Amino acid sequence: MATAEIEPAALPAAESRPPWTAVLHEWVVTVDHKKIGILYVLMAVGFILVAGAAAVMMRLQLWAPNLALVPPTTFNQFFTLHGTTMVFFVGMPLLIGIANFAVPLMIGARDMAFPRLNAFGFWATLFGGLLVYFSLVVPGGPPTIGWFAYAPLTENSFARGPGVDCWALGLIVSGLGTTTAAINFIVTILSLRCPGMTLRKVPFFVWVMFWTSVQILVVMPPLTAALTMLEFDRQLGAHFFDTQAGGSAYLWQHLFWFFGHPEVYILVLPAFGMISEVVPVFSRKVLFGYEFMAAATAAIAFISLGVWAHHMFAVGMSRALDLFFAAASMLVSIPTGIKLFNWLATVYGGKLVLKSPMLFALGFLSMFVIGGLTGIILACAPVDLQVTDTYFVVGHFHWVLIGGTVFGIFSAIHYWYPKATGRMLSERLAKWQFWLLFLGFILTFAPMHVAGILGMPRRIYTYGPGRGWELWNQLATLGALLQAPSYLIFAYNIVTSLWKGKVAGDDPWDAWTLEWATTSPPPAYNFAVVPTVKSRRPLWDLKHPDDPDWKYE
Amino acid sequence: MAGVLLADAQNLSVLDPAGPPAESIRGLFVLVSAITFGIFLLVEGVLIYSLVTGRRRAGPTDPEPPQVYGSKPIEIAWTAGPALVVFVLILLVGRVIWEIQPNPDRPPPGAEPLRVTVVGHQWWWEYRYESYNGRELGFVTANELHIPTGEVGTPRPVYLTLQSADVCHSFWVPRLGGKTDLLPGRTNQMWIQTDEPGVYLGQCAEYCGTQHAHMLLRVVAEPPAAFEKWLAAEAAPAADDPAGRAGKAEFLSLSCVNCHTIRGTTARGTFGPDLTHLMARQTLAAGTTPNSPADLRRWVNNPQQAKPGCLMPAFALTDRNLTLAVDYLETLR
Amino acid sequence: MTDLSPPPPEVLPESAAAPPDHTAGVEGRPEPHKAGMVCFLVSEAAFFSTLIMAYVIFLRHGSAGPTPDEALSLPLVLGNTACLLASSATVHLAERSLRKGNVGAFRLLWAATILLGVLFLVGTAVEWRGLIRDHGLTIGVNLFGTTYYTLVGFHAFHVTLGVLALAAVLGVSARGLLPGTAPLPVTLVGWYWHFVDVVWVVVFLVVYVLGR
Repeated sequence: MATAEIEPAALPAAESRPPWTAVLHEWVVTVDHKKIGILYVLMAVGFILVAGAAAVMMRLQLWAPNLALVPPTTFNQFFTLHGTTMVFFVGMPLLIGIANFAVPLMIGARDMAFPRLNAFGFWATLFGGLLVYFSLVVPGGPPTIGWFAYAPLTENSFARGPGVDCWALGLIVSGLGTTTAAINFIVTILSLRCPGMTLRKVPFFVWVMFWTSVQILVVMPPLTAALTMLEFDRQLGAHFFDTQAGGSAYLWQHLFWFFGHPEVYILVLPAFGMISEVVPVFSRKVLFGYEFMAAATAAIAFISLGVWAHHMFAVGMSRALDLFFAAASMLVSIPTGIKLFNWLATVYGGKLVLKSPMLFALGFLSMFVIGGLTGIILACAPVDLQVTDTYFVVGHFHWVLIGGTVFGIFSAIHYWYPKATGRMLSERLAKWQFWLLFLGFILTFAPMHVAGILGMPRRIYTYGPGRGWELWNQLATLGALLQAPSYLIFAYNIVTSLWKGKVAGDDPWDAWTLEWATTSPPPAYNFAVVPTVKSRRPLWDLKHPDDPDWKYE
Repeated sequence: MAGVLLADAQNLSVLDPAGPPAESIRGLFVLVSAITFGIFLLVEGVLIYSLVTGRRRAGPTDPEPPQVYGSKPIEIAWTAGPALVVFVLILLVGRVIWEIQPNPDRPPPGAEPLRVTVVGHQWWWEYRYESYNGRELGFVTANELHIPTGEVGTPRPVYLTLQSADVCHSFWVPRLGGKTDLLPGRTNQMWIQTDEPGVYLGQCAEYCGTQHAHMLLRVVAEPPAAFEKWLAAEAAPAADDPAGRAGKAEFLSLSCVNCHTIRGTTARGTFGPDLTHLMARQTLAAGTTPNSPADLRRWVNNPQQAKPGCLMPAFALTDRNLTLAVDYLETLR
Repeated sequence: MTDLSPPPPEVLPESAAAPPDHTAGVEGRPEPHKAGMVCFLVSEAAFFSTLIMAYVIFLRHGSAGPTPDEALSLPLVLGNTACLLASSATVHLAERSLRKGNVGAFRLLWAATILLGVLFLVGTAVEWRGLIRDHGLTIGVNLFGTTYYTLVGFHAFHVTLGVLALAAVLGVSARGLLPGTAPLPVTLVGWYWHFVDVVWVVVFLVVYVLGR
């Protein structure tokens, strides 16, 4: 990006620009954390369009009873790919990508601790994703196992084609990439903070990324081990999950959810961090209760390691275990509540600037709470026995993952896009995107709760008439069609704003963390002079020398 | 009566319980929903209030608002409050967990328990009737579970032993209780019970492969006298109706017998559902189609049409073979 | 507090235009490579914990085929264990020699570590040959074979990687390219090797002592 620092109006004529092959080469071999972050985000945007299309197809098939638009096997492939993609190749890459861009800037570092490992992490994730999608061209096509791939459906006796192998190997490869990313974040945050930035003074997003990375580090390897066992079963004739030879379907569920539940927090904690950056800046107030928020984050990271079997109340563990996991799951609501209340206290009494990042943050604040509360309902083990594996659960976790993670991510992208590109996103398009998403999301997933209570199981490709499910499915399908354009608008906005957007300047939001102290986009080395900080809001101190933060912290 | 039963059978709402476990769960569900709804109103109220007031002072000339860094007492308050709610909820949850999972070896006094082993198959249910009120039964049927209704003083709990022949399934009849999974290599227990006669529709609730959507089940709850009659009929070997003799010989010569059992004949396969009293059932193919002569013929002719991917292949029977076989099946009452 | 915005490009210092040594951290912060190694070992521990748990869960679950009591023999494994434990000692002594500036002793002890590692691998190979030929135990025979070969195999794979890493360090040292008395590669590979040894101690206790 040799042209990065030049005023965009003065861009040299086209013929003097580097040829596209040179630009491509530069991006492929880059080890710059900012470019890698952008690559992660672009990859995720690509995958979100594919997995979103699968979701729309499923919604169309469920529009009315006994439709034959999508055959059963294809439907099962759709939800397997949709779930796997959204978790591993959309959710995590977006969060890791945004953090990759922002964390070094926010802590005043010049790059991640291990730039080449960082590049490896991205490419492993991308190729892992491509390997999963390679199953499209193998005999038998993509796997039909669902994203949690319950054994023994994954064993040779039930899944003969190589689809499951593509899926498992793809997740192993991308899992290695994710693990290296986690190591990189932990070390970067521990070792590369600028002078004066003690661990108690890191921006909140950085603190959250630290704990998210710790979680990844602890739960990703067990998934890798479980997937390896699965491949040993399939390729070497081992019997871990081969129930016909004494293997255990139950063990797979434990291993998968030991990863799978913390994974939900891995997907939502960074969004908490993003919200904790955006809400203060656009309320013009300091984050309320930083220490308690920080403690709550660590508490969530720890407690979430002990709640996995709340996905397994129906497998017949024991009453004592049911109670234990129900209690542990409900405990998570306490630190989560602390966070929510602190955000509210931050907004309360503030001076609200309703720009697009704040719009999405408010979408998060108003919607995530609902996902959290249905989570408390689900944590009540007996209630879970009724509504688990129904559309109630589908509604619940989409409420958390869209109402929480996706709103948080969009908030962050609208917040940091000017920093990353030097251009502002179109506020008009952002508002369209927000309202379509907000209304479409509610219309899609609220009716699912009702369908679940009326007894509709998830993962069925069709259903019979007369059970009272038609209306709710039709509403959900309409909601999906309303939501879908918002993602396209987003993709359009981030592309066209590259040249159509207003020039952003260094600090368009009048914000307080270090990334806004350098140029937009920042130079490859981020900061010409490594900054020294005295508080959590170094730019506030700079802008208010009469009333700096460090007097109060 | 039939019309009423059908309307009932279409109801799968967890909020419309017809038995004690489902009843306890609904109570908890409603209570927790009320609590969470209260929290929801509180949070959204504060948010909307802050939004409205926050917008009022958002002019470009308005000064930065006072910076409030936090407050220990407030933090402690909103940690302790939810903690108290959670504590109460845990106690309630514990009580209901114990309520809905009683020990099948110790039925309540005066009870006449029915014990059935349920085996999940891709994509149908096998029921092995073990005992009723201490009496050994020992017959097998499929997809439609008949149970006796209880009366005041004589509860008739149904204890299900759950197993799987292939992959994970989950037994779920929403109006009678929560789900319990059927895992290969594991045995689970479950309890259902009702005093209201009727048909209760259910469905496999754990994704189990291609035709997971068509692994339906129905529970037919009958007064004890009617149930006894059904027991006697089911326990008997297959009818040997003269009208079906020709078809029987034909049927037994076809490959149907490799997978299906018809008690009292040489058909002893166990891979597919027991057909001994096929015509006593309301539906075919685990609830996929009604059990009418036309549907039966279509089903036998090509199961892949009604239930694509199911494990019963289309055998390309000749028209004559098909007619004979279906004629015979129709005598199996 | 200094001004944080970078100077305009034309007045950039020479040093900033070149890739700066971004890992040159702040006083008192953990050394990045060491912190990274610790993180990596934590993830490895999580990985092995899963395999060990699977082994324990399936212990005595097999019906057909050889059981651990029949198939596993202690003498050979005790020899193997001795090799690995001794190698932990030699790697430690090698580091100490280097810190004292005795490069010759360092290389000798380091080479001894490699030799002990290779001996361990040879021992494992001999053991597996016996298990396969004399007891007919393969990964597909029963659950014992499945979990045993997976757990011990992954450990042996890690030993192999360790031997290669040790050899690489020795090669670099032999060409005189290892600076200082406590170069990072020596420390980090040393840590990795100790970790692999600790995992073996756990595997040994679970598989050969408690599991028989």
